[in-house]
Amino acid sequence: MSSPGPSAATPGAGSGPRVDAPPTTARAADAAAAVTGSGAPAGTTAGSAFAAARAEGRAALVGYLPAGFPDVAGGIEALRVMVDSGCDVIEVGAPYTDPVMDGPTIQAAAQQALERGYRTSDVLRTVEAVAATGVPTVVMTYWNPVERYGVPRFAADLASAGGAGLITPDLTPDFAPEWIAAADQHGLDKVFLVAPSSTDERIAMTTAACRGFVYATAVMGVTGARTTTSDLAGPLVSRARSLAPEGLPVGVGLGVGSGDQAAEVASYADGVIVGSAFVRTLLDHPDDRAAGLRALAALTEDLAGGVRRGR
Amino acid sequence: MTTQVHRPTSHDADERGWFGDPADGGFGGRFMPEALVAALDELTVAWHEAMADPTFVGEFDAILRDYAGLPSPLYFAERLSDKVGARILLKREDLNHTGAHKIRNVLGQALLTKRMGKTRVIAETGAGQHGVASATAAAYFGLDCTVYMGAVDTRRQALNVARMHLLGAKVVPVESGSATLKDAINEALRDWVASVDHTAYLFGTAAGPHPFPSMVRDFTRGIGDEARAQCLEQYGALPDAIAACVGGGSNAIGLFTAFLDDDDVAIYGFEPGGEGVDTPRHAATIHAGARGVLHGARTYVLQDDDGQTVESHSISAGLDYPGVGPQHAHLSATGRATYLPVTDDEAMQAMALLSRTEGIIPAIETAHAVAGAIRVAERLAAEKGPEATVLVNLSGRGDKDMGTAIEYFGLGDPARVAEQPVGGSAADAEGHGSGEGEQK
Repeated sequence: MSSPGPSAATPGAGSGPRVDAPPTTARAADAAAAVTGSGAPAGTTAGSAFAAARAEGRAALVGYLPAGFPDVAGGIEALRVMVDSGCDVIEVGAPYTDPVMDGPTIQAAAQQALERGYRTSDVLRTVEAVAATGVPTVVMTYWNPVERYGVPRFAADLASAGGAGLITPDLTPDFAPEWIAAADQHGLDKVFLVAPSSTDERIAMTTAACRGFVYATAVMGVTGARTTTSDLAGPLVSRARSLAPEGLPVGVGLGVGSGDQAAEVASYADGVIVGSAFVRTLLDHPDDRAAGLRALAALTEDLAGGVRRGR
Repeated sequence: MTTQVHRPTSHDADERGWFGDPADGGFGGRFMPEALVAALDELTVAWHEAMADPTFVGEFDAILRDYAGLPSPLYFAERLSDKVGARILLKREDLNHTGAHKIRNVLGQALLTKRMGKTRVIAETGAGQHGVASATAAAYFGLDCTVYMGAVDTRRQALNVARMHLLGAKVVPVESGSATLKDAINEALRDWVASVDHTAYLFGTAAGPHPFPSMVRDFTRGIGDEARAQCLEQYGALPDAIAACVGGGSNAIGLFTAFLDDDDVAIYGFEPGGEGVDTPRHAATIHAGARGVLHGARTYVLQDDDGQTVESHSISAGLDYPGVGPQHAHLSATGRATYLPVTDDEAMQAMALLSRTEGIIPAIETAHAVAGAIRVAERLAAEKGPEATVLVNLSGRGDKDMGTAIEYFGLGDPARVAEQPVGGSAADAEGHGSGEGEQK
């Protein structure tokens, strides 16, 4: 191998000859500032929120909205409402043209954000504003926008925005050496997914690569609130617990939409991840943002109550 | 002739699907949701076992021969060759059952599906050709079949929707995103995440996550294996150059594979240049795209500065895709193959030219290869004289494209045809007139 530059030092999936990613050092000052706490609160790991919830004898509530929906400022306002109403961790989605793991609800919101001119810088702005509340804030993103931005550069900018890390729905650890190296360099959470179809070997490999928590997909299917919770989730959480490094929290997502469902999932998981139900609430109030935010607060409180009565 | 046995080349992927070193500019891999990894691993094992099993290979060959009409002939296009000044050979995949090379891939994947004990297949389709081929294979093997097709394409290709219905398949129009091929792939993947225990995804091209690029190549490489043997048998030598059109790239990789280690054979892929690669309306992914990840593979992608996929354009729906198979990206990056754009207009003129010189109406996809091959042949003729030989994959027939041709050429309108003869610049440049007087 004769590759020059960063990809030779870190055996990563190298950025190619046509990508003009700036060198990591250009952002080193920003990253250092983030680590020392100037500007936004520095990279709090999502793990700390799970630990705090565990200390209270309950599961953590993880809430998702895509950035730029209904617009950047409106999205930030909505996420702050979710923080104020009881979310322990915030997951900011990065809208993408080809979201293969998302159902119609999140697709619609992401498409709306893209049509209104969403840029990758908007997810970082959103993270910065939400992380300033002190709640650990992770980004959920399909891989290509990160690769295009430049993996080391994205990690540096996310860290300097105060972001906790990334959830990567179409990137598994065995194809993520470049991201793992960049995340480790900047002290970021690496949240990979496990599924009911995952073998024990893959669950062990995946959880060993995670930091923050592991995202267990409760159903075989795409995102979207469902009326009943999955009977695949419990066994998956048990397998993940037994195969994961000691203490790695297990969050369960895909399908949870009500406080009662949250309580059921909270009875066996460390965290309850809710996305489509929040998005649906905002989609249902297209012309009255104040009403949408009130409904969002009510849903968050219902879910926050659920994670507290699960055990 | 047994054509389907896997024979390694020096341009194959490693066991994880990487063409080249992933840390040093390689392409391919598997960028997929974890939920599908077990199924992709299962498929990889089943494919390897099947290709090593003489029973499977023999059964596949027999189906290709008795049902699909293979091997397809290698045909000397004499009148076209006379006009161009070099020998042009056409690998007649347009004569296959369902009218294109795609039947090879779907019969291979459907046979593998049966072997794996799955009962349902899903597929994506752009122009409808892969959908029709999938519906055909599903009918042949008695499998349940659902085809995802962009809503825009279901309107553009209503005849193929009807064919799929007649063959017993369910066709789901996809309204999400840009409602074209890439969105049909997204929707098929969403289906597969939820149905993977009993469903196989018959991927339509040599793209996507490992093992699809290599597996689809194995099922289509008979094109090149046959053509190479036919060329040696009929002419006692290999061609100077081979040519194919490239959208995702299944017909091209099917032709190229047998020739990859023949260093004296120049390899050309012709990409859809749409209205011109200097406009936003094209689908020339290798020529104008940037490295990225789309539908599970690192490859060249038409994308904006933020990594959002850009909508592609081609007059040929079958080439209208903003990504490309990773092995083609690799062959381009290593210089083993050359990829060049051909515009909509050049392709349409080549469609008319081949129709009128040889009595063969090619698919518009295929017409891109014909147009590009004529360019290559003219250059080779200048260097080597009339013995220069270019072998073109005539990947599909043009019946499905008559709607586009009617609109483009003004066919069926006597007054307009009289005023605006078919043929135009490409044919004129070849030094032979076009229009009514050109017909045999």
